[in-house]
Amino acid sequence: MAIAKRQFDAIVVGAGGSGMRAALELAQANLRVAVLSKVFPTRSHTVAAQGGVSASLGNDEPDNWHWHMYDTVKGSDYLGDQDAIEFMCRKAVEVVVELEHFGMPFDRLDNGKIYQRPFGGHTSNYGERPVKRACAAADRTGHAMLHTLYQRNVRAHTQFFVEWMALDLIRNQQGDVLGVVALEMETGEVMILQAKATLLATGGAGRIYSASTNAFINTGDGLGMAARAGIPLEDMEFWQFHPTGVAGAGVLITEGVRGEGGFLLNKNGERFMERYAPTVKDLASRDVVSRAMATEIKEGRGAGKDGDYILLKLDHLGAETIDKRLPGIREIAKKFANVDPVTDPIPVVPTCHYQMGGVPTNYSGQVVVPDGSGGEKPVKGLYAAGECACVSVHGANRLGTNSLLDLLVFGKASGETIIADLKADVQSQQELPADAADLPLARLARLDSATSGETVAQVGADMRRSMQLHCGVFRFPDSLGDGVRNMLEIAQRVQHTYIKDKSKVFNTARIEALELDNLVETAMATIISANARTESRGAHDRSDHPDRDDVNWLKHTLWNKEGNRLEYKAVKLKPLTVEGFEPKPRVY
Amino acid sequence: MTGQDRTLDRIRWRCRRGMLELDLVLNAFLARHFETLDAGQLDALRELLECPDPQLLDFVMGHDEPDAPAERDIVALMRAVSTGTASAGATTTA
Repeated sequence: MAIAKRQFDAIVVGAGGSGMRAALELAQANLRVAVLSKVFPTRSHTVAAQGGVSASLGNDEPDNWHWHMYDTVKGSDYLGDQDAIEFMCRKAVEVVVELEHFGMPFDRLDNGKIYQRPFGGHTSNYGERPVKRACAAADRTGHAMLHTLYQRNVRAHTQFFVEWMALDLIRNQQGDVLGVVALEMETGEVMILQAKATLLATGGAGRIYSASTNAFINTGDGLGMAARAGIPLEDMEFWQFHPTGVAGAGVLITEGVRGEGGFLLNKNGERFMERYAPTVKDLASRDVVSRAMATEIKEGRGAGKDGDYILLKLDHLGAETIDKRLPGIREIAKKFANVDPVTDPIPVVPTCHYQMGGVPTNYSGQVVVPDGSGGEKPVKGLYAAGECACVSVHGANRLGTNSLLDLLVFGKASGETIIADLKADVQSQQELPADAADLPLARLARLDSATSGETVAQVGADMRRSMQLHCGVFRFPDSLGDGVRNMLEIAQRVQHTYIKDKSKVFNTARIEALELDNLVETAMATIISANARTESRGAHDRSDHPDRDDVNWLKHTLWNKEGNRLEYKAVKLKPLTVEGFEPKPRVY
Repeated sequence: MTGQDRTLDRIRWRCRRGMLELDLVLNAFLARHFETLDAGQLDALRELLECPDPQLLDFVMGHDEPDAPAERDIVALMRAVSTGTASAGATTTA
């Protein structure tokens, strides 16, 4: 079957913060750039980021990048690569000031400089006290960032392919990446988009969990594409959770509720935090609270018909206090949990928020794979940035405001690297292999020809439930084993999904089937990697191995789709220009 | 497939947003009302979907009102729809 083909210098898959920052760099260098996005660029999930972007500008009090680096390394529980972390923290000032010059409406100090506020984990003088490092545009930082970058891209003549979904990477015999095969939703047509450079900027895949703060578009499309193309996924066992999201919905309930005197109950009405943290009780740190909640659910004391959530009680505070001290909570609870917290407790559950792992890259944005002799080598033509990439600056846990920084720094860096690589090496398009589009066409043909099978919704729901139950915020060895078996079955079932609607045009059922393929790759990588890592580090928390084990596990996981094979690579403990931070117990 | 159905599918897809809160509300709204919207209501919905996410969220949560009466009516339906814990979040639209 002949399919249409278009050629570009570079293709960016995804139009969130990192994709648009990279595209801007490329378009300004007069390269022919195509940006593919499933949704209109300013509706990418970056829009949901509220907190801010960190940079040691020192506008309000002394700060420097080395303190920021220390905080990030410590926050990562020493799994972060220190060369990449140094790179990011040093570049932070430059990319934030640059964004300001692009027109980003940052909040200001009276003297006109960018206003900065403190944020969890960011400190002055190597952990001494909190520091004001986060730059924000009210509570709409991500939204403002997307708009600023989109406008700049329009000016630079970036070509957007809106409502297009990339299906698979094209690799030749040598393993070079020559572009993507993509689907135009409006027509249902499949096209080869050939390019000298392909950047994955598809964001996170938090929809693998039933409790997730992620928007529905966050289906790990870049991860699925990479996995099917034989590229390993790194550190996928590390997912950041928030203790209190509305059960069944994912919308966060601020920790301020517990600060104001709200507390957690199990199905027996017991205030169980008294057992886990007798002094501070419900005000214990996030990981302690999450662990206690998961333990209550695991041991059969969860509330609800399936015993799978915890109750957050605040009615004793009274309507007046709730309205005055916790504005917005009442309407969120009513809208998303169907309860009025003035009279009834809110069902909550630890909720997935952010993916630390991803497609392995170096700090230049090149995707890197093992070279067979203990080192690693770039995959020619393939780059990744943002939440879908594992640089790794977040290691085993991410600091707040470092995610937007990651988008800017590594979006820009990958753009710069592509420009340099094209100049130095790739002058013309390589010849496409004869089977360039075979894999995605076969995936589509299967969906089009299937006359029976399970629904996408059913298989997706089972995957999310299984991941939530077996590989959530606190992990138990027997449950992980069950989860692996479950996911192996689900990976079989996803190959036999069935969609009734076979039309080509704007067929959302078809899109969701293709998205589920990507989610299942991500979920499989997560549970296999988590089951193997017999320690607790950062966001990976195991009941049977409560401590960090630097002797055996100070290393990155690489999961390969073929045979669910795991391999490992060393953490880069040596920064670019300074001494490394030696692993120490992580105490706040 | 007719041209009209195609437009409906496009509107349905554009209910996929960058913010989870909007996905939940719009998904529930589609399930409850989409089949019965008339042409004028569909136009109003289409216009609303052009709003930036934070603006649309302000409408849905009752912090702001759209200017056009027809859009206000759609927003009222969105506000009234239940995104209850049993139905929401676990699945997407399929």
